Amino acid sequence: MAQKSRLGVFALRPGISVWVLPLIAALALAAALARAASPARAEVHISNFTFEPRTLTVPVGATVTWVNRDDELHTVTSGAFTSPALDTDESFSFHFDAPGTYVYRCAIHPQMTGTIVVQ
Amino acid sequence: MSKDESAGGTSRRDFMKCMAWAGTGLVWTLAGGVLSSKALAGLQAAANAPRTGSGGRGGGFRFVQISDTHIGFEKDPNKDPVATLQESIARIRALSPAPDFLIHTGDLTHAQKAGGFDTVAQLLGGVASGGTFFVPGEHDVFGDGGKEYLARFGKGTQGDGWRSFDHQGVHFIGLVNVLQFKSGGMGMLGPEQLEWLEKDLKELSSSTPVVVYTHIPLWAVYPAWGWTTADAQQALGFLNRFGSVTVLNGHIHQVLQKVEGHMTFHTAMSTAFPQPAPGQGPGPGPLKVPTEEVRRFLGLRSVTYTAGSEPLAIVDSTLG
Repeated sequence: MAQKSRLGVFALRPGISVWVLPLIAALALAAALARAASPARAEVHISNFTFEPRTLTVPVGATVTWVNRDDELHTVTSGAFTSPALDTDESFSFHFDAPGTYVYRCAIHPQMTGTIVVQ
Repeated sequence: MSKDESAGGTSRRDFMKCMAWAGTGLVWTLAGGVLSSKALAGLQAAANAPRTGSGGRGGGFRFVQISDTHIGFEKDPNKDPVATLQESIARIRALSPAPDFLIHTGDLTHAQKAGGFDTVAQLLGGVASGGTFFVPGEHDVFGDGGKEYLARFGKGTQGDGWRSFDHQGVHFIGLVNVLQFKSGGMGMLGPEQLEWLEKDLKELSSSTPVVVYTHIPLWAVYPAWGWTTADAQQALGFLNRFGSVTVLNGHIHQVLQKVEGHMTFHTAMSTAFPQPAPGQGPGPGPLKVPTEEVRRFLGLRSVTYTAGSEPLAIVDSTLG
C-alpha cells in the first residue's frame, strides 16, 4: 500500500487535488471487494493435466469458463454439464443457476478431476 | 526362431524396454506361458526368417494387432496419422503368410470428429480376409458414451462392445474398459462384463490358449495416469486356471511387458504418436520427439500361433 501511495503522489499532475487519489483508491477497493463477494464470472485453467483451481466456489448465477492451456485434448464433464473436446486455447462456459457441489472430470483423462461449489 | 530365444528374466525384459525405446523390432515367443524375446531389424526380416513350426500354414495362423491410430490428431510429433496408418497397413500387406485377421485395441480416432471412424473403416477394409476386431478407447467414446462407435464397429458384440470368438483352437476375448471409470481415473470392466466373462470361460478346457485384448492395461502400469484397470484382478482370477493367457492392450503408446505365472501382458505401440514412459512428465500426452524420428516410436505387432506346441510368436516392429 505504501508503495502504491508513493507512486500515486508522484503521478499527480499539478493542479489536481491530492484528495482525489484516496477517493479513487477507495472506489477501486470497493469495486474489487464487490467482485470478490459476487463473481458473476470465474475461470478455471487446464494445464499440466490439472484443473486450476481444483475447487472453485461461486455464487448462484455465476458463469464459469474453463480454458485449456495444455497441448492435449481435454473435456469438462459431469452429470450436469459436458463440454466437447477442447483443444489448445479453446474454452467452455457453463452458467450455474442452482446451488450445489458439482464434481467434474476430463472424460479423456479421468484422473483429472475438479469441483465447483455453488452457494 | 525359438532356439535363439532361451534367455528370460528381468534383464531380458529390461533389454526389451530399452530396445523398444531405441525403436528396434522384437520377436517375442510364448511357450508354456513363459515369454522371451530377441531383437529384429524389422518385421519383414521376421517374416522371412526361418521358423520352427510357426508361420501360419499347416495348423497355425497369424494375426496382427494395431492400436491407437488416433485419426484426427494433427500436432507434433505427427501431423499426419493417416499416412502412418497407411504405412502400417503396407507392412501388414507385405506379411507372408498373411494375417487371418486384425485386432485394433482402441483409440481409432482422436476426437470423434466427423469422418474419423469412416477413415479408419475405409483404410482397414480388406486388409485381412477375416476383417478387424475392435475394442474402443476412451477417445472413441468420450463424446457420446460409445453410441457412434457401437453403431459402427459393435456388430456381433455384447453389452458395451465386448465379445469372444474362437479361431483355430485359440479363444479370443475382447474386453471394454473405457466406459466406466473408478475414482482416480482407473479403467473399469464393470460387474455386467465380469459376469459375462466368467460364463464365457466356464465351458473351456484349461488347456485352451486364451488371448485377451483390451484398450487400457489390465495391470498397474501407472495408476496415477489411469494406466490400469480397477477391477482387472477379478477378470484375471477367472483366467488363472488356463495354461496360456496372452493379454494385449494399447492406450500407453509404447511396448512394455509383464509376466505373471502363465499370463503375459503386452502393451502396444501406437501408429500415430508416442507417449512418455510411465510417470515421466506432467501427464500422458504426446511425446514430442523430433518429427523425423517419430517412426522409430510407431508400429504394429504380429502374432503367430502354431497348433499343438502352443507358442505365440510376437513381433513388435516399428515403422522406421
